[in-house]
Amino acid sequence: MTRPLPRRAAGPPPEADQPPAQPEPVIRLMSVVKTYGTGEAAVQALRGVTLDVVERDYVAVMGASGSGKSTMMNIIGCLDVPSEGQFLIDGIDTSSLDEQQLAVVRNRKIGFVFQAFNLIPRMTALANVELPLSYAGLRGAERRRRAEAALYLVGLAGRMHAQPQQLSGGQQQRVAVARALVTAPSLVLADEPTGNLDTRASHDLMDVLDRLNAAGRTIVLITHEADVAAHAKRVIGVQDGRIVADRRVIEPGALPPLLGQPVYGSVRP
Amino acid sequence: MSPAQVLRFALAGLAANKLRSALTTLGILIGVGSVILLVAVGNGSSQSVQNAISSLGANAITVLHTEGGSGPTSSTTAFAEPQNLTTADGQALAQAPGVASVSPAVSTSVTLSYGASSDTASLTGTYPSYFPAEDDTLGAGSSFTTQEVNTAQDVVVLGSEAASDLFGTANPVGKSVLVTGVPFTVVGVLATKGASGLTSADNTAVAPLTTVQDALTGFGTLNDIVVLATSAAVVDTVEGEITSILDRRHHETAADADFEVLNASTLLSTASSTAHTFTVLLGAVAAISLLVGGIGITNIMLVTVTERTREIGIRKAIGATPGVILAQFLTEATLLSMIGGALGVLAGIIGTRFTIVGVKPVTVPLSIPLAFGVSALIGLFFGGFPANRAAGMRPADALRYE
Repeated sequence: MTRPLPRRAAGPPPEADQPPAQPEPVIRLMSVVKTYGTGEAAVQALRGVTLDVVERDYVAVMGASGSGKSTMMNIIGCLDVPSEGQFLIDGIDTSSLDEQQLAVVRNRKIGFVFQAFNLIPRMTALANVELPLSYAGLRGAERRRRAEAALYLVGLAGRMHAQPQQLSGGQQQRVAVARALVTAPSLVLADEPTGNLDTRASHDLMDVLDRLNAAGRTIVLITHEADVAAHAKRVIGVQDGRIVADRRVIEPGALPPLLGQPVYGSVRP
Repeated sequence: MSPAQVLRFALAGLAANKLRSALTTLGILIGVGSVILLVAVGNGSSQSVQNAISSLGANAITVLHTEGGSGPTSSTTAFAEPQNLTTADGQALAQAPGVASVSPAVSTSVTLSYGASSDTASLTGTYPSYFPAEDDTLGAGSSFTTQEVNTAQDVVVLGSEAASDLFGTANPVGKSVLVTGVPFTVVGVLATKGASGLTSADNTAVAPLTTVQDALTGFGTLNDIVVLATSAAVVDTVEGEITSILDRRHHETAADADFEVLNASTLLSTASSTAHTFTVLLGAVAAISLLVGGIGITNIMLVTVTERTREIGIRKAIGATPGVILAQFLTEATLLSMIGGALGVLAGIIGTRFTIVGVKPVTVPLSIPLAFGVSALIGLFFGGFPANRAAGMRPADALRYE
């Protein structure tokens, strides 16, 4: 699992004396088509999606169920590969990678936050957060130090040794966020992260994501809730496997629009 | 990821379902335990047979009466009627060099009774020289004499088990027992010889040849003649002598001989090969139970993998490679089988401390590492299929699994 990743695809070398007008995209989808099934039963979930997401951006992908946004999330998360077109993460073309290399990309480049939290039962919060570092081959002490720092960042320093079933939904989701960012990934990918949370826990979680973005993390958020999408700097609408709307709210380099907004009843970690 | 980490994940996986892990382990435990125990039983019975045969003494040669050859040669060569083995044959053998004693014998199964108690035993009619040739010693009383044989006295020497069955703790010497209805006076009791294989060597009675022929068997053929050589060194020579004397007396060729000459070492090799077959058979039965235990591992690991599909999806999403997932589930399966194997070794060793159906098991040292090693391999082999299935899961599908 320590096989080296392929080198970045050849792109224009960064010119030192030019202002960084166009930062290198963290993810780039080029005419991505995803087809499930074959022949008569074939279903096109994505029908040619082209999208660049740059560093420090905070993108919300919105769409109804069946719009293809989950398929898009699977491809962006390297959980699935496109049928046609290309997907590049940090300049790495994923179509040339085997399952082993994809696992390494998921480990190093992507942090997942799922709607269902997806913590591993019977493992403490700390052990759950340490898990990606274990797969990255880090040693015990270093692993523990980084996992503790990540849990501190999401405000769960006091519940490190609790098991998932002893934590509230909001706390579990914050453990999941800690697990997503512990490897310092290029991209945090959140799939309906507030889908199973109540209003107050949702606000707390979005607050954590806002602050992560303000600290420089690139975030892609998949949601169908408008008030969750309101936290993003760019909102993309997906329908029938195509991008139908792309609204820029604020520049990628700016602070997230709702950062630090007081929300009634929210608890600052 | 370090092997220690893989091991920790595997242990956590097993601990998550303790009852299921314990039951799966039990299958391997029984398999490994029964391999060790049954091989030990086979080995133990073969050793007790060998001990019984070698207690016959290396100098003893037994001439057995057989029904005569019926091979294809008998129709083309001069055919000789099978003849009886007689006391005259015995006397002829006694003249041969290197022969210390000759004891013609007949044997039959009889019912011994004394008062209300009765017992079925094997009765041998012979001469007093039979006792030293068979390595029998007297525990009480005395043997009968050659004089008593010549005058066909109704006297009998009982084996220790026959004596205790009839008389309990009382001294049988001087008492009268009925041997299939004929009254005999007990003159002596043999010392205990112990079991030989699955039959007791002590449930016997020995009486003068003439008396037994007179009262019970009639004057047909002898069953055997026990010849005692003067030393172990001349046994082979004496065997040759016996064969040529009897061939001459019975006008036989080797192809249709009506007798068979055996000594302790030929008996030993026959018995060893029988015992070996027995041990292999027992081992094979035990190996089948080990195989069943292995299939149990496959079964339970398949259930575990299905049940933990979502967890596998999560692990893959956060960066577990197929190799790591494979290693985790293979380690779980191998741990199950090795824990079962270790407990099975323990159970097998404890089991061999008990006497089983009259056999004192003797552990074959090689069977322990072999059974344990096979159990570890079984984990790898039977865990391979479920582990492969886990490793090959597509993360997107696994995550969607409810």
